[in-house]
Amino acid sequence: MKALVLIRPKAGILDPQGQAVERALPALGFEGVRDVRVGRLVELEVDEPDRLPEMCETLLTNPLIEDYEIR
Amino acid sequence: MRFGVVRFPGSCDERDALLAADRVGEADFLWHADPDLHGVDAVIVPGGFSYGDYLRVGAIARFAPVMASVLAFARDGGPVLGICNGFQVLCEAGLLPGALLPNTSLRFVCRQVEVEVVNPDTAFTRACARGDRLSIPVKHTTGRFYSPGPLDERQVVLRYAPGQNPNGSQDDIAGVSNAAGNVLGLMPHPEHAVDPLTGSADGLKLFESVAIEPAVPA
Repeated sequence: MKALVLIRPKAGILDPQGQAVERALPALGFEGVRDVRVGRLVELEVDEPDRLPEMCETLLTNPLIEDYEIR
Repeated sequence: MRFGVVRFPGSCDERDALLAADRVGEADFLWHADPDLHGVDAVIVPGGFSYGDYLRVGAIARFAPVMASVLAFARDGGPVLGICNGFQVLCEAGLLPGALLPNTSLRFVCRQVEVEVVNPDTAFTRACARGDRLSIPVKHTTGRFYSPGPLDERQVVLRYAPGQNPNGSQDDIAGVSNAAGNVLGLMPHPEHAVDPLTGSADGLKLFESVAIEPAVPA
C-alpha cells in the first residue's frame, strides 16, 4: 500500500522556516496569512502498514521535536 | 590514552579531530561500518554531514554499525565526545538529552565564539575551572539546542558567553552531557582551536581533560 507520512514541527517549537514564509507572502501581495509551519512529507510503498507508527518513531521522525500523521 | 575518531560517509572534521587528539595521546579512525572499537579509551564523533544529513541531521548515522558499540561503550562509562554533527548524532541516539534545530536566523554561522565552562566535573572539562572562557569557532546551520523539559543543571556543561549565542539555543546552551558526565556533545569545534596559529588553542583543554586521570574522590 502507498502511505503518506506528514511530519510537522511540534506545537510550541519555534519554526523559523514557517516565519520566513509567513513574512514573504504579504510581501508578494498575499495578505491574511497566519501561523505558517513548514514540515516534511514522506511517501512510501509499504507491505506492512501496521508497522508505520514504529517506522515513524524509530527513524522517520524525532518524537522530541516532531509530530506525524499517517495517511 | 588512545582516541578513536568515527568516520562516517560525509564526515568532514574527522581529520582535525584526529590531529587534535594526537596532541594529547594516540588517535586512529573508526570506520562507520565496523562495530569493533579496537580497544580505544575514548571515542570522538566528529563534525560534518554524516550520510548527507538526509531526513534529519544525525538521523541515519545513529544506526551505523559502529554506533551500537559506541552506545555500549558510553553506557559502560567510556568517554565519548560529540562535536557539531557528532552532537546531533548523539542526541538522535538518545545518549544526550534534547535535539538540535535549525538556527533561528536560518543562516549558516561561522565565527569564533566564547563559551563558558558551567560544569568542570565531566570527562571533557575537568582540565577547566568553573567560569573559564574558551574561544572556539562554531560553524553550523542546525545548532539551536532544544530540550522539551528542563535539564538537570549539571548536564549543562558549556554556555555561550552573554550576547554570543549564535543560533538561538535554549538558555544559551552550547554543550550538554549525559547524567554520568562521561558523554559530552557541543556545537562549537574544539578541534579547530588547538594551535595559536589559528587564533586560539583553548579547544585543546577538552582533549587534555579526558587524557588526565580523574580526581579520586576523598
